[in-house]
Amino acid sequence: MSKSTVNLKINNIPLSVEEGTTILEAAKHLNFKIPTLCNHDDLSCAGNCRVCVVEVEGQRLLSAACATPVFEGMHVQTNSEKVRSSRKHIIELLLSEHNADCTKCYKNGFCELQTLANEYRAGDQLFIDLVKERDKIIDISSPSIQKDDSKCVHCQRCVRTCEELQGVSALAVVYKGDHQKISTFMNKPLNEVVCTNCGQCVNRCPTGALTERNYIEEVWDAINDPSIHVVVQTAPAVRIALGEDLGFPVGERVTGKMVEALRYIGFDSVLDTDFTADLTIIEEGNELLTRLKKALVDGEKVALPMMTSCSPGWIKFQEHIFPNHLNNLSTCKSPQQMFGALAKTYYAKKKGLDPAKIVSVSIMPCTAKKFECQRPEMRSSGYQDVDYVLTTRELARMIKQAGIDFTKLEDAHYDSILGESTGAAVIFGATGGVMEAALRTAWEVVTGKPVPFDNLNIMPVRGMEGVKAASVKITGTLPEWNFLEGVELNVAIAHGLANARILMNAIEKGEANYHFIEVMACPGGCLGGGGQPIPTNMEIRKKRTEAIYAEDMGMPLRKSHENPEVTQIYEEFLTKPLGHKSHELLHTHYKVRKRY
Amino acid sequence: MTNIEILVKDLVKKHGRQRNSLMAVLQGVVQQEKYLSEDAMIVIARELDLSAADVFGTASFYTFLDTVPRGKNIIRVCKTISCHMAGKDEVIKTLENHLKAKVGETTHDGKFTLLTANCLGWCHKGPVMLINNEVFPELTPEKAIDIVEEFSKH
Repeated sequence: MSKSTVNLKINNIPLSVEEGTTILEAAKHLNFKIPTLCNHDDLSCAGNCRVCVVEVEGQRLLSAACATPVFEGMHVQTNSEKVRSSRKHIIELLLSEHNADCTKCYKNGFCELQTLANEYRAGDQLFIDLVKERDKIIDISSPSIQKDDSKCVHCQRCVRTCEELQGVSALAVVYKGDHQKISTFMNKPLNEVVCTNCGQCVNRCPTGALTERNYIEEVWDAINDPSIHVVVQTAPAVRIALGEDLGFPVGERVTGKMVEALRYIGFDSVLDTDFTADLTIIEEGNELLTRLKKALVDGEKVALPMMTSCSPGWIKFQEHIFPNHLNNLSTCKSPQQMFGALAKTYYAKKKGLDPAKIVSVSIMPCTAKKFECQRPEMRSSGYQDVDYVLTTRELARMIKQAGIDFTKLEDAHYDSILGESTGAAVIFGATGGVMEAALRTAWEVVTGKPVPFDNLNIMPVRGMEGVKAASVKITGTLPEWNFLEGVELNVAIAHGLANARILMNAIEKGEANYHFIEVMACPGGCLGGGGQPIPTNMEIRKKRTEAIYAEDMGMPLRKSHENPEVTQIYEEFLTKPLGHKSHELLHTHYKVRKRY
Repeated sequence: MTNIEILVKDLVKKHGRQRNSLMAVLQGVVQQEKYLSEDAMIVIARELDLSAADVFGTASFYTFLDTVPRGKNIIRVCKTISCHMAGKDEVIKTLENHLKAKVGETTHDGKFTLLTANCLGWCHKGPVMLINNEVFPELTPEKAIDIVEEFSKH
């Protein structure tokens, strides 16, 4: 049934829109900007901040534009004197409950409330300061996320994010009235609850209430210590989003400039997580084939479907919510942690460095990586394998601090060793990318031929659908893999933990028969990660996705097993996939966590 | 299975697993246990497939759904203006002295928790207090002690 059209006037200009359109959406058609705060493109409507109020002719009270659908003959004023003065008062009321220590705030210059206060010249201090002393305790228990209730304006974007996008609900609205706050189960610190550290809330918080824990000063200290060799690795999704914070439009690839900037900043060696992404494919691909062989030939009981383990938010989600399926997770460490373990062993040895004098930094689109690097399991080198994790946003800040005009930088290349990569690695940054990279390699291992898809682009695993499923019939196998001949390989992909939960519920109920599953905790995959530039929405994620696949197409090598440095590391150091050294350095285990 | 698990499972069986049975289950637990323990909320969350934070958020919204341990009998003295003018302060002071527990506290023997409440709707017969689900209007300090004494016998 097609929707009928509604005719209305906004600021005396007539327009027709579909029934069910909100005033906010309708005003966009006419390019009238109505300010918002609690509203977010990715989330359901809350209508609680009231910043978007407008005047509807014939109605005594102002309406929230985000929550009011248009009706036939409606006359809306978005900027009347009544609207402007009410909005100003609303902003001032929000400020009366907000700890506005702007110059000291981490979000200074990036705060939506600050921007509104500036636009409306709020500052008359008409209202009593209600910032409560009891709220002035900052929760820094989590290595990933910092929560400062004194900055919270109760817009509940974080609550909706955690529930609707991630299906976790680590945060909820608790108590009521003037005691209301956004908190965890029994007000426990963030590191003790079900929080996966994904940082999607951080990405959507309009103020400084939820921010990443930043380690910028620690990294500067390491760089400025001449006795320390500082290596840096950069995740696939950073290169396609960093530009957004440094003067480039969304979707601009800035790989070469990023490498150059990291050198200017003073890192001793600029290396690539993409190298260990390729290595992950070799290890994880072999792990999958081994599991399939055990199941199909040896009749052994193995945990299938095998599930990817690159996303630390997903890992912690499983540990909390589906602890019965920890054996399904690949034992492979994430590329970040593989890199960390190799930097202080293989790399140190090759470069003649004392691993005790290496500080290993990684630049990630992710806040959960900050937690991951501090896991006790992640000390295979004898030291903490990765010392500090910075988000894309933190790197942008360091580049600004260093006084670098990013837009004018030349393109540079990564250092060697641990700097070489393929297109298969860069697509780790997009949902479906790990699956595609694994299939490109596994297919060729099994059949000796490239995957039968145009230009190696496995389109069925790409795209923004929440849960994707695909089947490939394996044909033309090499003799040693002939047990896979004719086997229908079923795979599934989920992004955003709410979708992961849907997939997991189907698996638990026995409704699905998959061999291999890829899950990335964040919407769109790492490119939509909690550490990426703010804002985010579907349009932005789609542009970043295009950039990722363009980066892949632009690489001379596009299959992980063709990475020459990967071949070299097996010859010189690891000997063989899933071998003794691999198990020692590149694989890990998981633990059951409480469900709250 | 722990006692609380048995209780919650029974309540869920009675009221159903859908989200809108949450209130009924919370009330059922409070009726028997007097408060919602951490364990109780975790079990409820698991049984109704909700997050524990969500269960806590709902429970903490309601004054009568306590999330801290409470005594066997919960006394709630009305603190709103009519009862205030009718002398609720005297009643509270007397009860505090008699029970050796201040407002918000529970007696050592665990028999009573003394709390205040917002308007109970008995303004014409204040001061008034609620013990568990029973209303006691037109209190004097002496009357309040007699009533409490009666409860301490059970």
